[in-house]
Amino acid sequence: MREMIISELSQALHEMARGFAHFLPRLIVMLILAFAGWVIAYVVKAVLRSILRLIKFDKLSENAGASQLLTNAALPSATEMLSRFVFWLTWLGFILLGVRVLGILGLQDQIARFFLFLPRLFGAIFILFFGLLAASFFSRAALLAAVNANVPSPRVLSLALRSIIIVFVLSIVFEELGLAEQTMLVAFGIAFGALMLGLAIAFGIGGRDLAKRFLEKRFVRGKKEENEDELSPL
Amino acid sequence: MADESFLTDDFLRQLINVGEVDILVGLPTHNNAKTVGPIIHTIRSGILRGFPRARAVIVNADGGSRDGTPELVTGISIDDLRPASNLRALRTLHSISTRYASSPASGVALRTILAAAELLRAKACVVLSPESANIEPEWLSKLLHPIYDDGFDLVTPTYRRHRFEGLLITNLLYPMTRALYGLRIREAYSPEFGFSGRLGSQFLGQNIWSDGTHGAGVELRFTLAALAGRYLVCQSFLGEKERIERSAADLVPAVRQIVGTLFSALESGFPVWSAVAGSQTPPTNGAEHGVLLEPLRVNRKRLRDMFSTGVAELETVFQSILSPSTLVELQRIARLGEEEFHYPAELWVRTVYEFAASYQKSVISRDHIIQALAPLFRGRAFTFLMENRNASGDEVENNIEALCLEFERLKPYLLQLWKSRE
Repeated sequence: MREMIISELSQALHEMARGFAHFLPRLIVMLILAFAGWVIAYVVKAVLRSILRLIKFDKLSENAGASQLLTNAALPSATEMLSRFVFWLTWLGFILLGVRVLGILGLQDQIARFFLFLPRLFGAIFILFFGLLAASFFSRAALLAAVNANVPSPRVLSLALRSIIIVFVLSIVFEELGLAEQTMLVAFGIAFGALMLGLAIAFGIGGRDLAKRFLEKRFVRGKKEENEDELSPL
Repeated sequence: MADESFLTDDFLRQLINVGEVDILVGLPTHNNAKTVGPIIHTIRSGILRGFPRARAVIVNADGGSRDGTPELVTGISIDDLRPASNLRALRTLHSISTRYASSPASGVALRTILAAAELLRAKACVVLSPESANIEPEWLSKLLHPIYDDGFDLVTPTYRRHRFEGLLITNLLYPMTRALYGLRIREAYSPEFGFSGRLGSQFLGQNIWSDGTHGAGVELRFTLAALAGRYLVCQSFLGEKERIERSAADLVPAVRQIVGTLFSALESGFPVWSAVAGSQTPPTNGAEHGVLLEPLRVNRKRLRDMFSTGVAELETVFQSILSPSTLVELQRIARLGEEEFHYPAELWVRTVYEFAASYQKSVISRDHIIQALAPLFRGRAFTFLMENRNASGDEVENNIEALCLEFERLKPYLLQLWKSRE
């Protein structure tokens, strides 16, 4: 009996030692991967930060209105944010690669899914950034055009256009990420429809006179406006 | 040598038939059948009177007229003129035409004329507007003789104008060009001007023809290139400038043409304008200027209201363009009533210089920067109207001169803004 216990124990210790001997190299590989990943991620971050500073990415982000959002949320600049994001993403990628080497069952699928998700995540960030840029550009263009055409409430017009573009961009982003696609589709439909209906009602009922003046100005020729400038700038 | 690949084969054939010339008259047109006939007669008369021994050609660059304008240009022969005027030409007077595009583009039209001038080795050239209703035969002599006989490279016109006409020129283009380049050119942006073959060739060789602007403000760009290149420039008085009624909607395209062109020229011209201090009057044939004082109905209230609305609504845009102190000052005057409202010259100059620096830095879209200046210009125009509503011609000129001196005095501020950008 005693011998059996000792034998089982020594066998267990042997197996543990053998298991550890098998596991140790993989752990070392994982640690090496994690360390190498950190170094690579750090280099990537430094290079990316230099490139972003070179192309004045902060200015682009300021134009897109993203900088304002970051400042309000007490976050660092867009360049810093993106650099850090890429750093963590790269390092996490290497760590997950290392974890995969460990051969722990159950984690393999999750890691594979994570790597498959990465392109979609990048796509979504890309769409979001340029969507915000487009929203900022077109809303400012609308604001300037409305001010110079003496259209009443130019800021409301600009804000409405900005909201429409942002709602549209967000719906694409969520679709790209594959998050609550159906919910987002319905929510987008409702929000967009409500916005359009609201504008139609506002323009048709609230702005009857405005619409009348606009249509007269647009289509009735030969009637010179009373308040027209009579000065030639040139 | 000109890149003549954009010229049509037919036009090249016409040019070959003409051979070398001494004088070239460029006439860009688009649906000008109503006015082009008398203008061609005037041009021919001007050439016969002023340059009877010169080899001359009229080059019509047409932007897709559908009313037979090119046929009218080429169809009028020299004989149409002789019975009435008793004038004799010693040389053949050619008149050729080309359709450069199906829609008008002033840049392409001028490029066509410049390429023709270079291929024909024209000594002196003049560009005239087909819309100038009060064109006289003497205009040709006034715009061509300084080049043909005196060795000048560019002749810009001066006009007698109504005191409230051309406010963008009197309140921005003239004073700023003068402060930048040190030469008091009254009409740097005009549809009528004369130039030498060498200046035309130099400008033709510049890499500006494919910037996608379709040549908006190309005449101004031409003048600025001459100033930056230190070419010999003079002025000729042409008489009264015909008054053109424009709607308020015309202001933004005008600002784009003038201010956009002027600001974009600052970059390449920096080595020249940064070294200039003060200004001098160029040689001028006839009066330097003239002011008409007849009464004019102007909706001043609308100008001030659009200024105030613009300052309030575009605050976020101005925050990107203007310094905080300038913006605060603009917001203060935007709240003033009609009687107290005053947009001082110094503040206007600072505004313009800060816009110029922001344009170079591209703090936002450059076109948006230019558009944002339009409401502020309305405020300045309002102040100009109020300052000069009861002024005599001399007083109007004194006020313009004071503004010019303010632009010159604050030029170091522009240089400082420019350096901060670097």
